[in-house]
Amino acid sequence: MTDLAQNIDRLQMASENPGAQLDYYLKQGKKAVGCFAPYTPEELVHASGMIPFGLWGGDTEIKLAKSYLPAFACPIMQANMEFGLKGSYQGLSAVMIPAICDTLRCMTQNWRFGVTSIPMIPIVYPQNRTSPASVDYLISEYETVLTMLSTITGRMMNEKTLCQTIQIYNEHNRTMREFAAVANEHLNIITPQVRHAIFKSAFFFEKSEHTAIVREIIDELRACPAYSWTGRKVILSGILCEPKQVLDSFTENNIAVVGDDLTQESRQYRTDIPETGGGGLKRLALQWNARYGCSLIHELGKPRGAMLVTLCKDNGAAGVVSCMMKFCDPEEYDQPYCEADLRNAGLPYITIEIDQHNASYEQIRTRIQAFCEMF
Amino acid sequence: MSELEINSACATPTTDQAAAPAPKPNRPKAKSLLMIGEQSTALFERARLAKERGEMVGWSASIFPQEIAETLGLNVLYPENHAAGIAARHQADPLLQECEGPLGYSNDLCAYAKLNLAYAAVLNGAGFVELPDGGRMVKPDFLLLTNNICNQLTKWYENLGRQMNIPIFFIDTCYNHFDYVTEPRVRYVRAQIDQLIKDLCDFTGKPWDEGRFREVMEVSQRNSYLWERANNLMECKPAPIGGFELFNYMSAMVCNRGKESTTAILEQLNAEMEEHIAKGTSTFSVEEKYRVSWDGIACWPYLSHNLRTLKKHGINMVASSYGKAWAIEYDDLDSMARAYCFASTNGDNATTMLSRRLEALKNFDCDGTIYHVNRSCKVMDCQMMEVQRQLSKMAGVPFTSFDGDQADFRNYSEAQFETRIQGLVEVMRQSKEAKCND
Repeated sequence: MTDLAQNIDRLQMASENPGAQLDYYLKQGKKAVGCFAPYTPEELVHASGMIPFGLWGGDTEIKLAKSYLPAFACPIMQANMEFGLKGSYQGLSAVMIPAICDTLRCMTQNWRFGVTSIPMIPIVYPQNRTSPASVDYLISEYETVLTMLSTITGRMMNEKTLCQTIQIYNEHNRTMREFAAVANEHLNIITPQVRHAIFKSAFFFEKSEHTAIVREIIDELRACPAYSWTGRKVILSGILCEPKQVLDSFTENNIAVVGDDLTQESRQYRTDIPETGGGGLKRLALQWNARYGCSLIHELGKPRGAMLVTLCKDNGAAGVVSCMMKFCDPEEYDQPYCEADLRNAGLPYITIEIDQHNASYEQIRTRIQAFCEMF
Repeated sequence: MSELEINSACATPTTDQAAAPAPKPNRPKAKSLLMIGEQSTALFERARLAKERGEMVGWSASIFPQEIAETLGLNVLYPENHAAGIAARHQADPLLQECEGPLGYSNDLCAYAKLNLAYAAVLNGAGFVELPDGGRMVKPDFLLLTNNICNQLTKWYENLGRQMNIPIFFIDTCYNHFDYVTEPRVRYVRAQIDQLIKDLCDFTGKPWDEGRFREVMEVSQRNSYLWERANNLMECKPAPIGGFELFNYMSAMVCNRGKESTTAILEQLNAEMEEHIAKGTSTFSVEEKYRVSWDGIACWPYLSHNLRTLKKHGINMVASSYGKAWAIEYDDLDSMARAYCFASTNGDNATTMLSRRLEALKNFDCDGTIYHVNRSCKVMDCQMMEVQRQLSKMAGVPFTSFDGDQADFRNYSEAQFETRIQGLVEVMRQSKEAKCND
């Protein structure tokens, strides 16, 4: 149990203080590349011998970024821009930005001109993934990224290291999925805060290191007797669910998180990189084409609501909390259909607004209390 | 033509009259303006009749390669154009309420999308507001989508597809993070065009006629040339027309780019502008003291207020980054793929945006730039501040910005617009005086 607590503490610390984790790697003489959320091809950074380091915003007063972004821009991007402008990200050798939504398109340019001390590497994913040509196109984007990364390392990645990286990332995917399943048997230990920290911390570790820690947590949890949770169980959906005060509201209301459809958490682990089917870059492109159930990836028929119904049933959840990132238009377009599909399935659904720069969480507390009464 | 056409078409609330000059007698409508009205009516009427005959009708994103649908002889309508019209006629409120209320959409979303999703819900029997135009935008059987303007279009059309259970024919153009369209992008888009043509033929039962495509392409190229030419005639001093009047003709390029009727309209427009230039006259009825560039989509709900305020200070909008997006030049399917990737500056990086705007400021000899911080359009707004700084420095031209919206009347303040324009005028005046003293 001591080891379990220590491992959880370690990941919670990394999750709450990514800067210290960055210093830890830099002091080892390693280079790190900042990866804007979401779906940045971390594997290319890893295979190039550097540490991919997630940039997910955070609680900071927005001052400098106001000269680049309007008040109605995504809070994560406002915070990333602020951190970049005020020097919090010094030490990163570059940042990689996927132009996956309208705000991220613009972020590539704001960063390029605003934070000139840290080079920007852009990538644009294809959205018409039923087109066979999307694979070759995405490979070309990856090759451009690799060329830009090589200007930092002074050498090109090779196929062997990429294949090793792919194995490491697939193993991490499997481990995180296994953790999510095992966690549900130990909801007394894996509180909403702990669950979030274990997922989020993955962005601040070299992936095999993170896998090893989470593997130990899984084994230690399995050694504990299963816990019968008598409170309410929910699924979280959205981009992310933080800060701590939001997660505290669940605990205060005896709510456990038994699954998620969050970009920062399980969405990224649903789809493995194929083991076969071509070289590493092609397999990475095929993984992109196989991803599903995300507002940022074009799919026909709005399948996310049905997916959430299945997620509730599979995990014994009584309803879904939509963690609506403020000003996130891709999520906002999905919301009416997610809500309709869940209501049609008889599952309660509530929306809370996520803003990393919030000063007060009373409204969220009230909404979660009201949600409890819906059960 | 006459600027009064805009004013009468967009009659605004009484508060709008504050900046209005004394009423002037109505002048006869220009022939080109009558022609554009007829063309617009005919577009909706053809679609309605086609629907009655049991033929398919499509809805399309505004910078989709419409030459494909034109070649196949399909009837296609344009939600963005339609939403702009509703907003300009001050009919948006019930649809916005429906969208943000019963339909459950966020206020944050693009107002074109909100208007159209509410309109579509009514056509689909799931919305219950009265349609302001009686439903002349008939229910579609398929959707034509490109995301060269923005990613919101992709989400908007996903929702339309699900709501009406109809197919989406999609060309993904990919944001240009470099200063040119990379070859892999061209190959990806070309492959999608080939597939889309095949899929659309299969779906509609219409055959692809390469000869007909060549004809349409030639018409489209002629129209692009004429549109660009009309825009460029604004270089003359004084400009032959009030720049806002060019917005009246945009439907020809947005909805009818491959049609010969557009050629006739644009030839007439060019002739009318040339006539003004030859006579040294202009439809801009006050002295053209200042020439400005307009950045962003028109603020349709308050176009009249915008115009009146500018006119009060003798400001003519002679250059716009918006309208010229439809001057799309190409001569085969490969170059068509490249052209549609590069058509909208929303799909281009800041360097490209800057170079296009700098060229316009110089060519049109602008004294200033007005930036519309369009609450509907994050892709325009989220890099606008950096563009403002750099462009102003490069061109030595002052700027101002105002908060507005392409279709949501709630996001605009008449007082703010007037104050900002007044501030710009003061800086432009000082700048002119300094030049005179040099």
